Amino acid sequence: MQYNWDWGILFRDPYIWWLVDGLQWTLTIAICAWVIAFCLGSILGIMRTSINPYLRFIGTAYVELFRNVPLLVQLFLWYFVFPELLPEEAGRWVKREMPMPGFTTTVLALGLYTASRLCEQVRSGIEAVGIGQRNAGRAIGLSETKVYIHILLPNAYRIIIAPLTSEFLTIFKNSSLALTIGVIELTGMTRQIEEYTFQGFEAFTAATVIYSLVTFTVMGFMLHLEKRLYVPGMIAAEK
Amino acid sequence: MILMENVSKWYGSFQVLNGCTTSVSKGEVVVVCGPSGSGKSTLIKTVNGLETIQEGKITVEETIVSNRKTNLNQLRSRIGMVFQNFELFPHMSVLENVKLGQMKVLGRADSESENKAKLLLDRVGLADHAAKFPSQLSGGQQQRVAIARGLAMDPIAMLFDEPTSALDPEMINDVLDVMVELANDGMTMMVVTHEMGFAKKVADRVVFMDEGKIIEDATKDDFFGSPRSDRAQQFLSKILSY
Ligand SMILES: Nc1ncnc2c1ncn2[C@@H]1O[C@H](COP(=O)(O)OP(=O)(O)O)[C@@H](O)[C@H]1O
Ligand SMILES: [Mg+2]
Repeated sequence: MQYNWDWGILFRDPYIWWLVDGLQWTLTIAICAWVIAFCLGSILGIMRTSINPYLRFIGTAYVELFRNVPLLVQLFLWYFVFPELLPEEAGRWVKREMPMPGFTTTVLALGLYTASRLCEQVRSGIEAVGIGQRNAGRAIGLSETKVYIHILLPNAYRIIIAPLTSEFLTIFKNSSLALTIGVIELTGMTRQIEEYTFQGFEAFTAATVIYSLVTFTVMGFMLHLEKRLYVPGMIAAEK
Repeated sequence: MILMENVSKWYGSFQVLNGCTTSVSKGEVVVVCGPSGSGKSTLIKTVNGLETIQEGKITVEETIVSNRKTNLNQLRSRIGMVFQNFELFPHMSVLENVKLGQMKVLGRADSESENKAKLLLDRVGLADHAAKFPSQLSGGQQQRVAIARGLAMDPIAMLFDEPTSALDPEMINDVLDVMVELANDGMTMMVVTHEMGFAKKVADRVVFMDEGKIIEDATKDDFFGSPRSDRAQQFLSKILSY
């Protein structure tokens, strides 16, 4: 069988725009999900290290629930099952009227799932900073909240920059699951190009290159951030 | 000023403090010593509520520390504490370390905090190091910053938990000098330490602990002259034999 290589296809209208459009969706999903994961994960991580046993319990329960169910299953649960569980009105709204249902569901599912992973990173960072630092903060009269704001969190985030980077890259790659519920992001667009042109090799090579470029960009940015935030003698977390 | 009455504490079924009673009057320096694991750190941390107690009563001036309603943050802001491992905040400069409590707890203005911090750093001999990060200082220097950080809050008393035991020998005296000066200035101090030279120089009383109990609570002269308990005698002969 003869395969006709045609790299030019990638730069031709409309395919190049499909790739651009797909990349935009991928990035938008990843960034929106990251915002949810980072904020919620930080709150949960703080809860898990709190002196309040109820808060600790909520944090632990969340992690156990969300981390142990495969992401794809969670995505399907949110997309197909969740609307059925809602009161009739709300369920209908989610199914019929919610704008961009696939996108919204993916962002939520990915964000909530990754929050459980972020929670564990934040918790381990806070624990690495240690009880000694916590006590030193308390000993000068800082409230628990201020101990977190001024001492525990600034050190914890510095310690976990590397694991946070890989969590972001994982979100970015996991965003391709969106195509299973009909969001045509980068991987989806690539398949679409293959179906229209039969130039699958070129299309998937392009996707690979684009994914890699974004990965390198993110890593470069995080290295830069790590340097900016560096303080002498800072301990780094094991990867 | 600090009064401990029948203080007991358990970790699970393990009793770490057993009916401890002692006190520190205004301007007094009390040295706490005893073998490792005898509960000295735990005892001193109960004074500012870093460790809770299950039985007994601790009073600092008019404040009952063990009372649930007590505003611990306010109490702590008036009691300085120095730890074995310094525990300076690693992401802040030396100056910022000494300013943090003043600004975030006492609500002092930036310039006032800064002046006070500089004054205190000068007092502990580290004025030139204000802009450095803690990790760029030696252990002895870090510990003196920690003392300055405590003093910045204008404390009514200072607590020290083995302030020199993590230090190289040649740095111990720099820290002890600062503490002696503080004692001579009339600061109320409770000091867990094995530095008997320090105790002989400035302590008013020595408290000896073993297995969670206060075995001996005597004036300095009585303690070093004629310790009553065998265990205190053994302990003394061990640490003074070199
Ligand atoms: N958080 C804890 N949980 C259980 N046991 C502890 C804890 N902290 C200290 N201990 C135990 O309490 C005892 C007294 O500890 P500590 O007050 O640190 O002694 P010291 O300062 O005199 O060496 C030790 O036997 C120690 O193992
Ligand atoms: Mg100790």
